[in-house]
Amino acid sequence: MSAQCVVQIDGLRSEFRSSGGAPTVIHDNLNLQVERGEMLSIVGGSGSGKTVLLRQILGLETPASGQVQVLGRPAAELGGPGAASRVGMLFQHGALFSSFTVLENIAFPLRELGNLPAKLVRDVALLRLQMVGLEAHHAHKMPSDLSGGMVKRVALARALVMDPPLLLLDEPTAGLDPDSADGFCTLLQSLHRELDLTVVMVTHDLDTIFELSTRVAVVADKRIIVHAPPAEVVALDHPFVQDFFRGGRGQRAQALLQPPPHAV
Amino acid sequence: MRESASVPVVEASGDWVADQLAVPAVWQALQRSLPGVQRQGAAQWDLRNIARLDHTGAQYLWSLWGERLPDALELLPDQQALLDRVAKFSTPVPPPTGGGWQGVYFRLGQTVLDLGDHGRAALRLLGQLALDMGRLLRHPARAPWRDISGHLYRIGATALPITALVGFLIGVVLAYLMSQQLRQFGADIFIVNILGIALVRELGPVLAAILIAGRSGSAITAQIGVMRVTEELDAMRVMGIARGFRLVLPRVIAMAVAMPLLSVWTTMAALLGGMLAADLAMGLSPAYFFAALPKTVAISNLGLAVAKSAAFGVLIALIACHYGLRVKPNTQSLGQGTTASVVTSITAVILVDALFAVLFKGIGV
Repeated sequence: MSAQCVVQIDGLRSEFRSSGGAPTVIHDNLNLQVERGEMLSIVGGSGSGKTVLLRQILGLETPASGQVQVLGRPAAELGGPGAASRVGMLFQHGALFSSFTVLENIAFPLRELGNLPAKLVRDVALLRLQMVGLEAHHAHKMPSDLSGGMVKRVALARALVMDPPLLLLDEPTAGLDPDSADGFCTLLQSLHRELDLTVVMVTHDLDTIFELSTRVAVVADKRIIVHAPPAEVVALDHPFVQDFFRGGRGQRAQALLQPPPHAV
Repeated sequence: MRESASVPVVEASGDWVADQLAVPAVWQALQRSLPGVQRQGAAQWDLRNIARLDHTGAQYLWSLWGERLPDALELLPDQQALLDRVAKFSTPVPPPTGGGWQGVYFRLGQTVLDLGDHGRAALRLLGQLALDMGRLLRHPARAPWRDISGHLYRIGATALPITALVGFLIGVVLAYLMSQQLRQFGADIFIVNILGIALVRELGPVLAAILIAGRSGSAITAQIGVMRVTEELDAMRVMGIARGFRLVLPRVIAMAVAMPLLSVWTTMAALLGGMLAADLAMGLSPAYFFAALPKTVAISNLGLAVAKSAAFGVLIALIACHYGLRVKPNTQSLGQGTTASVVTSITAVILVDALFAVLFKGIGV
């Protein structure tokens, strides 16, 4: 594989074994290469296995067959020590540790390294908090005292605290009001530009797709049917793609495409 | 990672990233090289040989420089952007709020208010239970019988093996210990009195209640608590479904029915264990045991035990529901609620048992 390839998936097959029945096949012979610096949106209908694909990249699911390589190493190795310096993950509901304050949440991966002085850890965590657009006085709040948008920002700060080259996002704008969603998109865009990140996100939100992504991968029929810049994907003649992008909502969102905002 | 302090320029190289800085050997080497660097005063720095620099490394340098850029600095554009970001966003950590004497004062007040709140909530739960009981009696056909039978199975039937095992072993242990004491006085046959009164009147009900408080009380609290976390409780409220009637009442009724049965079952297992141990240790035949038991233990003891167990059951269910409904939507609160529920219900069981012992001291003995 090329050195520029951050995620490489070859012939992936994922299945779920429900109790006493034939396994349900989610992906069959799925291939995907994510190159460095890409901002990739994974799109697909409900139940098409987008989130499972994300979990495969994270090594949280085991493939039935096929290979998932992240930064040149098998995805299954990700769970070990130092994982936070390779991949950052923003879960859909933030997954903040509810017994920690905001600052402790962000500092957690750094503190787990075990040997950094407490002051440096606190300073870096606070730096991250401000980089995601939150003010320092939120540092000692508990996650239950935050709004949904703030939880996402704190979770993003935690995902980025070790400067991982790859960032995964599950429905980054779900549950945010349009204003917060816009703010969050702008934030992601500037972080992507400034930090030289590779971003892979699962989203349903057409605005987010057209605003952010440099490329779009469509999951349908248990595989990736297309992986190309948004304009090319929209032009594709496939029933799902036509429904998804050319429906009423799709047409409105495509107004944003004129002119293409982030042509690669 | 090295710093070659070739006068007068401090040249940094290597990987200035978090997981490298966290390696003890690297960190110590860095600290050792610092005095030499600081002797240079406001030195010139050259960062161009740094292979990787991340925000942790940049923040470290920034702190080292006293939160300003050094007088002369050679660096790459990427590093410039990184340091600019650190310079822009670096602020001192705000002090945590709520410390000091004021904090102690407020926490004390909060504790008192919490206690009052507990009392009010418990009273409301009890009142709601009474109202729900009335509703049940007026419209028995619309009562949640299916819930009740489900809880009866989970609380009662599935607890049979563990209560029998614990009861049996307690019976054996008690009989062995007593047999040694009684033999010294030649009072072997009184083993039936001791086992009978102790097990039927006290140990059976209390043992069963403590086991069920740990087993089902914690389960009820956790179950209702998780419903709070997943907003199921709010969903019920929005749909106008009375949670007292659907959640609390079935559990209380199931517990009130299951507890006396389990207590009798535990007592029987304990008596069986005691009987076998008495046979083995003292040669007291089971036939004699069976014949002597009704003569030495008045039947009113069993009635008292059953009534007591029903009270324990209602108490455990109410305490478990009370703490379950008070869980806040976070993981820590769920754990605290479950622990508090078990501890409180076991304490309450023992307190109520003492109350029963005082009130009914004239009955059955």
